[in-house]
Amino acid sequence: MSEIRIKVPFEPGAAEKLKSGDTVLLSGTIYTARDAAHKRMAEALERGEDLPVDLTGQVIYYVGPTPAKPDEVIGSAGPTTSSRMDAYTPALLAHGLKGMIGKGYRSREVTDAIQENKAVYMVAIGGTGALLARKITASKLVAYEDLGTEAIRRLEVEDFPCIVINDSAGNDFYESSQQSFAND
Amino acid sequence: MKVIQYTEIVDEVSRICQEANFDLGEDVVNAFKESVKTETSEAGKSILNQLIENADIATSNRVPMCQDTGVSVFIVRLGQDCHITGGKLEDAINEGVRKGYDEGYLRYSIVDDPITRSNTGDNTPAVIHIELVEGDALDVQMSAKGGGAENMSAMKMLTPSAGLEGVKDFIMKTVREAGPNACPPLVVGIGIGGNFEVAPYLAKKSLFRPVGERHPDEGIAALEMELHESVNQLGIGPQGLGGNTTALDIKVETAPCHIAALPVAVNLNCHASRHKHFVI
Repeated sequence: MSEIRIKVPFEPGAAEKLKSGDTVLLSGTIYTARDAAHKRMAEALERGEDLPVDLTGQVIYYVGPTPAKPDEVIGSAGPTTSSRMDAYTPALLAHGLKGMIGKGYRSREVTDAIQENKAVYMVAIGGTGALLARKITASKLVAYEDLGTEAIRRLEVEDFPCIVINDSAGNDFYESSQQSFAND
Repeated sequence: MKVIQYTEIVDEVSRICQEANFDLGEDVVNAFKESVKTETSEAGKSILNQLIENADIATSNRVPMCQDTGVSVFIVRLGQDCHITGGKLEDAINEGVRKGYDEGYLRYSIVDDPITRSNTGDNTPAVIHIELVEGDALDVQMSAKGGGAENMSAMKMLTPSAGLEGVKDFIMKTVREAGPNACPPLVVGIGIGGNFEVAPYLAKKSLFRPVGERHPDEGIAALEMELHESVNQLGIGPQGLGGNTTALDIKVETAPCHIAALPVAVNLNCHASRHKHFVI
């Protein structure tokens, strides 16, 4: 399987070129956010306020890292289950978000919003937080510090490995890959 | 009567909380290695190899294998001829968790209230089950139980007419619906019988048995093997990206139950099946 090297945040039109099943290596800047940060961002949007970060072309990584040891950039940092962010995701996609990294299935509302906004949903290998942390070269806290591990951080990544699950054409890699091995 | 110091428990708990997160058990690592040989999907093989590499990094660098360092679950077998001095057993365990999660740079993943949700900042309180047993030993088993797989776990109050087929259907349905969310390859813990609170506890307890070890009862052992084979036919595979390694193992525990009932609980464990143990 060939690997596609791509810069993040995405250049205009870049996210929609990625196809379900592609292996991609992301380099550049991404933001972390999980349950509590999503809830706060959704509440900010409801109140008509700005988000703490500009999401245009950006990628959100669903992760709550372990604390960094004194000699480390970040602790263990693998993906968490994406479906818990489903309720908040269409609103963020409408605000310019172009990519998400997590693990597991997305709702129909989210996959529809991915198509509408020409975005992409990718997964990293769950439970390989020690390995994935090696692809993160910098981490800076940017919002919601009181949330601890759930705060928003800006990460610099280099060749961060992901697999595209839901693409802007409506394909779902989980569906196609599982079907080919099912025996029931 | 044996006297056990509070501080001794604190130190041992702290040690196993860290070990659980840094050192994946040999049973689990061996199961990865065996699965690489039988996995038919190339992507699945590659994922299994990454899990082995990740476990190696965690052990050599003393970093958590997964960022979800879990709820700290304890099954304590307290000998009735054993006396704990210097404080309460539960306090000692919670203090050990606090110490271990702080010193090991582990993540704090517990909120104080399910509705208002403020992080307790030290991964306590732990979930502690205490069983009183014969003898003068304090036997403590710990699991760092991740949230993703716990969220996809399920229990159902079946009734007797559902029979073994009904039980199997519920297990398969639960694993199928969990798909990639529970971080396969899984260890599947199953509790059959008991009542509404016993079945899930049996399921949880079954996960503490080493991967690859069969139940001593021949009938239950055969059921474990049959279920394991069926689950691996689902096609979910490592991380839900297709393959025949959906589960590394399946554990079953049973208990007597009411004439009207057939409770069944399925407790899923992700591939980071982190279990450690000490005896004083």
